[in-house]
Amino acid sequence: MQTEHLESHPETFIRKWIFSLDHKTIGLQYMFTSLIFLLFGFSLVLLMRWQLAYPGSALPLIGYYLPDSIAAGGVMHPAGYNALGAMHGTIMIFLGVVPLGVGAFGNYFLPLQIGAKDMAFPRINMTSYWVYFIGGVLMLASFFVPGGAAQSGWTSYVPLSILSPGQTMWLLAMTFLITSSLLGSINFIVTTLNLRAPGLTWSRLPLFVWAQFVTALLLLFAFPVLQAGAILQLLDRIAKTSFFIPSGLIVGGAPVEYAGGGSALLWQHLFWFLAHPEVYVLLLPAMGIVAEILANGTRKPIFGYKEIAGSFCFIGVLSFMVWAHHMFVSGMKTSLSYLFMTTTMIISVPSVAIITCFLLSLKGASIQFKLPMLFALAFLPMFGIGGLTGLPLGFTPTDVYLHDTYYVIGHFHYVVVTGSLIALMGGIYYWFPKMFGRKMNEFWGKIHFWTTIVFMNGIFFPMFIQGLAGVQRRLYDPTVQAHNLVVQPTNVLMTYSAILLMIAQIPFIVNFFVSIFKGEKTEDNPWQATTLEWACPSPPLPHKNFEKIPTVYKGPYEYNVPGEAKDFSPQHLP
Amino acid sequence: MNQNYGWGLPVQASSYAGKLDGSLFLLHGVMILIFVLWAFYMIFCLIRYRQKNSGRALYSHKTPLSSYIPDALMLIFEIWLIFFVGIPIWAHIREELPKEETSVALHIVAEQFAWTMHYPGLDGKFGKQNPSLINADNPLGLDENDPDSLDDIVSVNELHLPLGKPARILLSSKDVIHSFFVPEFRMKQDVVPGMNIPIWFEPTKLGAFEIGCAQLCGTGHYRMRGDVIVQSPEEFENWTKSKTKS
Amino acid sequence: MNQPETIEETVTGIPNGKLGMWVFLSSEVMLFGGFISSYVVLRTGSGFFPIPAKELLGIPLATLNTFVLITSSVTMVLALDAIQKANQKGLIRNLAITILLGFCFLAIKSYEYPHKWHEGITISSNLFGSFYFTLTGLHGLHVIGGIAFNIYILVNAIKGCYTQDHCERVEYAGLYWHFVDLVWVILFPIFYLL
Repeated sequence: MQTEHLESHPETFIRKWIFSLDHKTIGLQYMFTSLIFLLFGFSLVLLMRWQLAYPGSALPLIGYYLPDSIAAGGVMHPAGYNALGAMHGTIMIFLGVVPLGVGAFGNYFLPLQIGAKDMAFPRINMTSYWVYFIGGVLMLASFFVPGGAAQSGWTSYVPLSILSPGQTMWLLAMTFLITSSLLGSINFIVTTLNLRAPGLTWSRLPLFVWAQFVTALLLLFAFPVLQAGAILQLLDRIAKTSFFIPSGLIVGGAPVEYAGGGSALLWQHLFWFLAHPEVYVLLLPAMGIVAEILANGTRKPIFGYKEIAGSFCFIGVLSFMVWAHHMFVSGMKTSLSYLFMTTTMIISVPSVAIITCFLLSLKGASIQFKLPMLFALAFLPMFGIGGLTGLPLGFTPTDVYLHDTYYVIGHFHYVVVTGSLIALMGGIYYWFPKMFGRKMNEFWGKIHFWTTIVFMNGIFFPMFIQGLAGVQRRLYDPTVQAHNLVVQPTNVLMTYSAILLMIAQIPFIVNFFVSIFKGEKTEDNPWQATTLEWACPSPPLPHKNFEKIPTVYKGPYEYNVPGEAKDFSPQHLP
Repeated sequence: MNQNYGWGLPVQASSYAGKLDGSLFLLHGVMILIFVLWAFYMIFCLIRYRQKNSGRALYSHKTPLSSYIPDALMLIFEIWLIFFVGIPIWAHIREELPKEETSVALHIVAEQFAWTMHYPGLDGKFGKQNPSLINADNPLGLDENDPDSLDDIVSVNELHLPLGKPARILLSSKDVIHSFFVPEFRMKQDVVPGMNIPIWFEPTKLGAFEIGCAQLCGTGHYRMRGDVIVQSPEEFENWTKSKTKS
Repeated sequence: MNQPETIEETVTGIPNGKLGMWVFLSSEVMLFGGFISSYVVLRTGSGFFPIPAKELLGIPLATLNTFVLITSSVTMVLALDAIQKANQKGLIRNLAITILLGFCFLAIKSYEYPHKWHEGITISSNLFGSFYFTLTGLHGLHVIGGIAFNIYILVNAIKGCYTQDHCERVEYAGLYWHFVDLVWVILFPIFYLL
């Protein structure tokens, strides 16, 4: 209804690029914004890494330009370090990876892959982006308000977070981000349920759509609980309620002015009830992208389509029952640990099944090592490390020692950075021709790929060594404690790897922007792929995508069908 | 440099450290095995099924039953792991508290950014505490009018323990969440305000070890450290006597 | 926004708006679920959770409020029923009554709040007060949202936007309003009666 209305009028600049209702423009807005946030979040950690490698020494080049809330006289102070740590986590997860995986790729390609003209609710879609944008701006602004940014980690454990400066802005910004995710997920769910092209049954859906659909359900059911927790924490701060303040707190020698009676563990339950599904929100879209690229690069139907889709759903359901494995040493009842250890071990089985299916897809293939394929292939061993190192963390006897050490940091960075982020970068290379009608440069892409992989491992692998040596996380100066001294040299290695990783992104950024304007022009289906997004022009037509809504005749990955001349057989051709 | 620490795990200094390390080695062995198998299979496929070597790809939608073997093996391994390794060890370290008669009982109170050890002293009874009496000299707010409190020992950031006798510790916090971490004992437990959390361990090695805080507790988190001093029972008794007032 | 609604063909046969409303309400269930389970956990588990005497709570007034809200649900059903029978006047009348009852609920609440405050039940007095004001306050915000939605529908109804075949928005407003009622039906016993 609204789409036809819009087509008939020439659009103003503002309607077309700022307050656009077109899912593709909104997807691009999400992509540019989230990439900028990723870069920013990464720069924050470079500052922290310098402090870890050379504790107490002045930050080179930029130390004197940092705000007082972070550094004094060019040297970072502990409050600044804690603020950077909290903001790095928050920005990377809530403003970087999720908006890139869900907001950008989901918005742009979910409607295309199901053959829809647009999302079900274009206005809600636009609102979702702008609410996210406001949340991001609030989050950044918190560095410059008196008291600085939040200092209690991205987990914001109470009562520390309630008693520290900066937390109010964090909670307000989170409220916006949560609202944005909710609006987005409603849109995704209704679109997938209602707007699929004729003939596109559930068993013909591309795996990327399956992944986005399960992700949207996770966001829908998990985020409101954090919203509740955030509101309670906000009231604790501004209205002096004591939901999370236990009786008899004495801070700095004086009793706090709270009625008391609250529970500090309640926050952790509310938080992890969101934040464990959140891990799969980070991961599932990436797995969906890997499935798309693998099928394309191996030129054969993906192995175990039903098993993978089933595993996505199984992970989706089970991810609501594992949250307390983050709390084995939190003081929670020890008997609860048995339950959560068991569910955690069970949830690893579908992940193993997915990896197995991906690996078996290589068998009998005809592998083309194109640029996106490199990223998809790198995802497998890298996510493998991330997944496997999750085992000792979900297993209580080993978690006692490894909990809150650098082992945990290494584990989730392998999952999210070398796993998700590598796959998302592959997605950018894979879908760039569809978004802009041009290809990214292959040579510079390969340089970007190899340097990125090497330096990422240079940062994250030593974290396991540190973790096994017992180095705790979130230490401003690890050299104060004797058990951290032996492995301190690894911090220097990690810091230089991080700086080099930042430099390695320059070819990507330059390649990206140059290719938008000057890249090699491509046809509509440069990778000779089968799914519906390749059935429309590149870039797709504004507000309607397809010349005519396609009809779907077959499954998503029909490559090398016996008896056909071409090695691919698109879904929309009979 | 301290002899207790190196590039791997710190030395084992408690009765159950060996058990925990055993499961850590077991898991890492299995993880490395799985990873190597995956990697070899993947490298083999990448070479064997390159477009150059492979020609036309195989078209198949079948998922043979054998492809479930890895998942099934994983499930069996994990069930074995939980029921035969995980649950017994966890029950041992968290639920089988040693008897009071045979152990050293004490309280540890965490605050920003120090650990205060509170021993009951010779009478074995902890004195009454009153929050309003808390000051720099009396970090726990011990009530001096209570006879039980007279022989109590309060020691800041220094935990003395006798060798070979289990320690039963009740952890509590005055302000925010801390985490009691002694790497050599493989001991870690969050200290949560509003809760009293019992833990136990048995030192098996003489010497000085380190207490760290493992949960972000504010700007001084990194320097919130203490020492554990494990002494022979005689030395420990001497220390107790020397610390007792009057 | 006032162009006549054309409902596109959808795969499930359910209009997008209706499906979207149901999906939205399921997330609202999780939101209130988070709050109410926090309340239950602390009320049963906290060592310091004083519960005020029943006389201070003003049960009669709250019962009246429950009655007001349930009646408004009934009139909302009647409004939808009217337009489905092409009865424009019935739609407008019943919608107007629903909105009035909504305001009536808010009026009673705004009498209750300062009253409780005077009796020492404030948002920071203790956990009961905190939960009471947080949850009923959040519910009150939902009531205000529902009234706004209903007024928007009423304005359109007076303009004659809805017909027998195109009254989906009335239905969506009804779904939301029933949800708001349902939340109150849960909040009322857990705060006043238990």
